[in-house]
Amino acid sequence: MEIFTEQLINGLTLGSIYALIALGYTMVYGIMRLINFAHGELFMLGSYVGFTLLVSRFAAGRGPGLLVLAAVVLAAMVAVAAAGVTVERVAYRPLRQSHRLTAVVSALGASIFLQNAAMLLWGKRYQAYPVEYVPAGRFELLGVHFTAMQLIILATALALMLALYFFVQRTTIGMAIRATAIDHDTARLMGIDIDQIIRLVFVIGPALGAAAGVMIGLYYRQIHYTMGWAYGLKAFTAAIMGGIGNIPGAMVGGLLLGVLEMLGAGYLSSAWKDAFVFIILIGLLILRPHGLLGERVAEKV
Amino acid sequence: MQRPIFRWIVYAVLAAVLIGFPQAASRYWTDVAVFFGIYVLLGLSLNLILGEVGLFNMGHAAFFAIGAYTTSTLSTRYGVPLAWLFPASAIAAGLFAYVVTRPIIHLRGDYLLIVTIGLNEIVRIALINNPWNLTGGPNGLLVMDRITLLGWSARTPADFYYLTWGVVVLAVIALVRLQRSRIGRAWNCVREDEVAAAAMGIDVRWAKSLAFTLGAGLAGAAGTLYAAKIRIISPDSFTFSESVILFSIVVLGGLGSIPGVIVAAGALMVLPEIFRDFMEYRMLVFGAAMIVMMIFRPQGLWPSRRWVRELETEAAPGADSSAKPPAAPAPAGER
Repeated sequence: MEIFTEQLINGLTLGSIYALIALGYTMVYGIMRLINFAHGELFMLGSYVGFTLLVSRFAAGRGPGLLVLAAVVLAAMVAVAAAGVTVERVAYRPLRQSHRLTAVVSALGASIFLQNAAMLLWGKRYQAYPVEYVPAGRFELLGVHFTAMQLIILATALALMLALYFFVQRTTIGMAIRATAIDHDTARLMGIDIDQIIRLVFVIGPALGAAAGVMIGLYYRQIHYTMGWAYGLKAFTAAIMGGIGNIPGAMVGGLLLGVLEMLGAGYLSSAWKDAFVFIILIGLLILRPHGLLGERVAEKV
Repeated sequence: MQRPIFRWIVYAVLAAVLIGFPQAASRYWTDVAVFFGIYVLLGLSLNLILGEVGLFNMGHAAFFAIGAYTTSTLSTRYGVPLAWLFPASAIAAGLFAYVVTRPIIHLRGDYLLIVTIGLNEIVRIALINNPWNLTGGPNGLLVMDRITLLGWSARTPADFYYLTWGVVVLAVIALVRLQRSRIGRAWNCVREDEVAAAAMGIDVRWAKSLAFTLGAGLAGAAGTLYAAKIRIISPDSFTFSESVILFSIVVLGGLGSIPGVIVAAGALMVLPEIFRDFMEYRMLVFGAAMIVMMIFRPQGLWPSRRWVRELETEAAPGADSSAKPPAAPAPAGER
């Protein structure tokens, strides 16, 4: 039972990170039917921007403080949102009308470009994340132990996800996003500026990814320029598991994937944990080809 | 319309260059040409799946890995001669692909893409974890044997060069024949419209399964060459990024285009060797080049006629002002 609750908490923490990244994939996919392969790299970029800010003079000597962390997370979100909009403008907008595969390859190109740009900027080695701003200590809640960082991650992720959910479901702009996801042409006839909506999606997704990037750095305490591939792949898997294009699906999928991965690592074998994730994905797609919450799309003739 | 005589002259010149190359080039460049040949084989094998049938397979390195590991395991653990391992690796990889893709063959587009990425990862993790002590774990296996065919054995880079390109030439001839056959046309038909293909009496599942099996088989045979040449086979050679590179070779060359795949593989293997001084920036430039290529030449370097036609019909006229006109007409002299 001890292992179970511990791995459950670890899994939920990791899963909420996956969920934040998965939201970026699923929103872009919902609007553009495009796998944004560069999204994992944007997450990694967020992590590095946070790293740079935390080791810079700006943060030095301010001691442990949630305020410093919050400021760094916000700054990383803004910077990476700008990067996301740039990627959309350069690599995706010229291809909006073209074949699916050309956009996939352009996305892969953007991903390779960003990964190597990060390698040239920050070096090939692992970077140790500064963690002196993270409050120490463990908490107990209903007999379950949390570290402070886990609590921060869970709370931040939950707050961001709730904010996004209400934004998309309750505001006029959110309605415009949903309308665009259903049908571009009809949405355009209703007076929605599609370009603007796509740009907005490329602000929200990368910003959420950047928040996840800073938090993963603080949690695991080291970052590497290739981490975008690994986390991006898992998060994309989570989005598919939940039903791609579906925002609650990405949240559920992310949490589920994190928990399954950690339970697999705890009970079965940690060396095989990544393989379990994909075996579960394949099994799920055989049984439910459109994911857990995905809708069945009629075959177009 | 090309006159056949010109075509034969072109073939004769190509053959002369191919045969003469190791005599003129250094050992180093001969080695580069060997890897170029292996990547041509890999690109052509993925082209069967991705180019001819339009199945988004982004885990092709898994089949390559099965071939290379079948070769190195049977060679090092059981002493099977490498020449026998060509067919053995091809069969092992083909059989593996047939079995694992059977339950997922109905998945489409992006779903198939993520599942094949998953397969790639599962295979790589399995290789690292060294099941039944067969794969040597993260360090991999060391292949000591030489390829020996009918008393002739591949010792120098030039020997290897002739062996590799001999296989490439045979594969190209077979694939051109296949492309023009009933099966090739059925594949293209499935790629362009699955429902219509089924209505025409094509067994879509069978067509897709066959493409996966044959494509994986060819990749498996390329795995034998690779294992024999590089001698150290480790899981690092079969990562997701390897699959991404193969995927890019096919799309950058032009889907379904055999000369396109050869040109793209050449560009990817030879250009980095020319620009060795800029090693660090190599992949940065590659990524940017992929974007630029897709924007300005989405049909690929040397597109196939059928694919250009498909791009033209699919690029629907939209209200978007930034929409580009559909693909330019194919250059003269293709195929």
